[in-house]
Amino acid sequence: MTTKFAIKFASSRRTFLKRSAAVGGGLAVGFNVPAVLAQGKGTEGAEINGWVVVRPDETVIIRYARAEMGQGSKTSAPMLVAEELECDWKKVRIEQVLASDNLRHKRAWGDMASVGSRTIRNSQEYLRKAGATAREMLIAAAAQKWDVPASECKASDGVVTHSSGRRLSYGKLANDAAKIEPPKDVKLKDPKDWKIAGKPMQRVDIPETAMGKQRYGIDVQMKGMLYAAVAQSPVFGGKVRSMDASKAEGRRGVKKVANLDTFVAVIADNWWRAKEALKLVQVDWDTGANGNVSSASLMDFYRAGLDAKEDIAVARKVGDVDQALASGGKVLEAEYFTPYLAHSTLEPQNCTVLIKDGKVDVWVPTQNAEASLATAAATAGVPLDAVMVHPMQLGGGFGRRGGGQDFVRIGVAVAKTMEGTPVKTLWSREEDTQHDLYRPASLVRMKGALDASGNPVAWYSRVSSTSIIATLARLPLKPPLAPAEGVDPQAVASIFDIPHAIPNIRVEYAQRNAHVPVGFWRTVGHSQNPFVRESFMDELALAAGKDPLEFRRALLQNAPKDLGILEATAKAANWGSPLPSGVFRGIAETEAYGSYTSAVAELSVSDKGVVKIHRLVLGIDPGYAVNPDNIVAQMQGSAVFMLTAMFWGEITIKDGRVEQSNFHDYRMMRLREMPKVEVVLAPSGGFWGGVGEPGQASIAPAVCNAIYAATGKRIRTLPLKDQGISMA
Amino acid sequence: MIKLTVNGKPRSADVEPEMPLLWVLRDVLDVKGPKFGCGIAQCGACTVHVNGEPVRSCSFPVSAAAGKRITTIEGLSQNGKPHPVQAAWIEHQVPQCGYCQGGQMMAAAALLKKNPNPSDKDIDDAMTNICRCGTYARMREAIHTAAKAGRGAKKPAKA
Repeated sequence: MTTKFAIKFASSRRTFLKRSAAVGGGLAVGFNVPAVLAQGKGTEGAEINGWVVVRPDETVIIRYARAEMGQGSKTSAPMLVAEELECDWKKVRIEQVLASDNLRHKRAWGDMASVGSRTIRNSQEYLRKAGATAREMLIAAAAQKWDVPASECKASDGVVTHSSGRRLSYGKLANDAAKIEPPKDVKLKDPKDWKIAGKPMQRVDIPETAMGKQRYGIDVQMKGMLYAAVAQSPVFGGKVRSMDASKAEGRRGVKKVANLDTFVAVIADNWWRAKEALKLVQVDWDTGANGNVSSASLMDFYRAGLDAKEDIAVARKVGDVDQALASGGKVLEAEYFTPYLAHSTLEPQNCTVLIKDGKVDVWVPTQNAEASLATAAATAGVPLDAVMVHPMQLGGGFGRRGGGQDFVRIGVAVAKTMEGTPVKTLWSREEDTQHDLYRPASLVRMKGALDASGNPVAWYSRVSSTSIIATLARLPLKPPLAPAEGVDPQAVASIFDIPHAIPNIRVEYAQRNAHVPVGFWRTVGHSQNPFVRESFMDELALAAGKDPLEFRRALLQNAPKDLGILEATAKAANWGSPLPSGVFRGIAETEAYGSYTSAVAELSVSDKGVVKIHRLVLGIDPGYAVNPDNIVAQMQGSAVFMLTAMFWGEITIKDGRVEQSNFHDYRMMRLREMPKVEVVLAPSGGFWGGVGEPGQASIAPAVCNAIYAATGKRIRTLPLKDQGISMA
Repeated sequence: MIKLTVNGKPRSADVEPEMPLLWVLRDVLDVKGPKFGCGIAQCGACTVHVNGEPVRSCSFPVSAAAGKRITTIEGLSQNGKPHPVQAAWIEHQVPQCGYCQGGQMMAAAALLKKNPNPSDKDIDDAMTNICRCGTYARMREAIHTAAKAGRGAKKPAKA
């Protein structure tokens, strides 16, 4: 097979595999010392360990095992290796680890998934140890050469220096260093001493993007490749009853029309011809009972979960909520709703597959190359080691390209009908919008009670929604995965674990699994529950006659990190200072993905409900800030993502199918609508939080609390477009 | 056979006249910079210049481009030197996933060609492409930077 496609570092991969012998360590049991895979040398450079290769020309290759979808980890993860390695960042090249290599080497490079904002926080320790171990080996090699104690040598900027002034560069030491027994224990640098990490570094993939040279999954091109357009059952779970392809077959360029049970595919010599022919394929779908489902019937289904006496799981119970609610104080009750949402990665789902001689090659933009590999093997009916997944840059991920892997299953199923020929299956935008794994809709009942002094004494929540973990991941809802038996952790995220000092708390979960498929959508449960929690917190504060900041501050005295970011953000926003006439503020605070976030919105609302956001102050404490400029970018992007969702985002169901289809009816925010976003980056140290998702968490409640301050209208249902509110 | 000039080179394609320019570029001529995002001229990821004018190539029949000069993001730079917009995009670290950015930069370059000193309002009106990652604030800054660089570069040339 010939491919015009440039896979980075393809040649070194081959030699690397030849040289690879044993694998040290294992992921499952304490991934402490990174795998030393080979004692290699030669023109390709010396592999000091699984993460670090040094070439004679001083180029340092740092391997990266996860995905890049704009979150910036392909830069920040190697920065941590380089920091400990004491190399020259300008000489670093990043090499992508392949899922098939990871499989072959017993997952020496650990988890490859970029999901849950955890690339940095879950790998920082072994990445830093990899760098530190390699550094110590390079120092030891120099010490051996000079016959001096290693303690008299120091490494910096890719050079080992002895106290006498003698110097040797990494490129000259690497071959010897690779032969040295790796130290069992290495000391990691105090982040205060960081020289590369903690500094705003340019992302390694941006120059190629800016020059139009970045290659995404959709850009794969191979000789003889064909293109497929697909149509899945418009009603989820439906199947093809019969198909009439006579009008499509014989059209120019059309090679095949395939009935693949749950979907049909047209394969042609370019994608446009395939898509046009697909319109002419008549399919009679067997939609079953789901053909009657509507948004209204789904709402009834979820509301029944709120009222149910049975099949309810308790996520958290502190004190006696019922007694506190009945104790005679002021009681508030409210229902909040957040809708289904589509991911809308700008690059629609796609997967290119070549099945030939029992081997399966897959080119796919994926957040989890190992899951793609497993899905391809299962669909093609081949062993895992017969599959090669070629990772591509992702045109957006947001959770769509992680757990589900439906795009791989469909791509492989199509290619199976064309063995020996590479086929690129690309979904239309309509297909992508109507066959997503949606952010679950969620209906929440809240109850709270205040004592005579206005202190909250009871907090009750019941969440009714489809469980992602039970339906997509198909895992039992049991601790430690779940907060309690039967509770989906995402469904109750940020509600069940409120850090506020409230003496009586009960949080319940009604698992109500509808036919609409759900999945992980950027920030998942924290994209919707903080809206509920922090809006209701405002309701309580105002009912108590207290300032929303003061009310929260008093309740967070035993949650110093939450309190810290709340105060830092409020201070940056000058909370409490006078505002121009007609401008109002709202505030919120939430922990998400190990980071602490807060938001203050300043806005005005016209008589016609047009909201103008004058200023959005977003605070985040991620513990450590590895690439600060990238964190600022993630926060800015989070603002756009969440404002898009809260103003317009809504997937509705009619006759069992999704009503929205493309950007004309599933609206995205545009440049002119982007408000002024000020980021308060306040890393307080001592923990590692994520940055890709947390930024969204506090935005919706801060904006809605400000809308309440401006109008007296409490928003309990999103999106705002359905509440008579629009964006200026 | 439809003849076009793509990034300065004569190209031809034996395709239906109604086939959108985007798919001729991507699937027939292997020019992958213009991206498919929506197919209905909503997102602008497919933006290219036809005789210097920005068009959304997913909804632009190839027959309308016959005999015309097509410039894609691959052809925006001259002699391997980044266009001021591309240089500013790197300086401001604009892209996140980057998928829309070729189209965004083509829209920005077209704006600056017409209006070398755009106001924020001009930028609002011209930059209507979708960026799902939300890089808008940096795009705006980068356009101002590119405008400055463009004006700076032109001054000595005129003098």
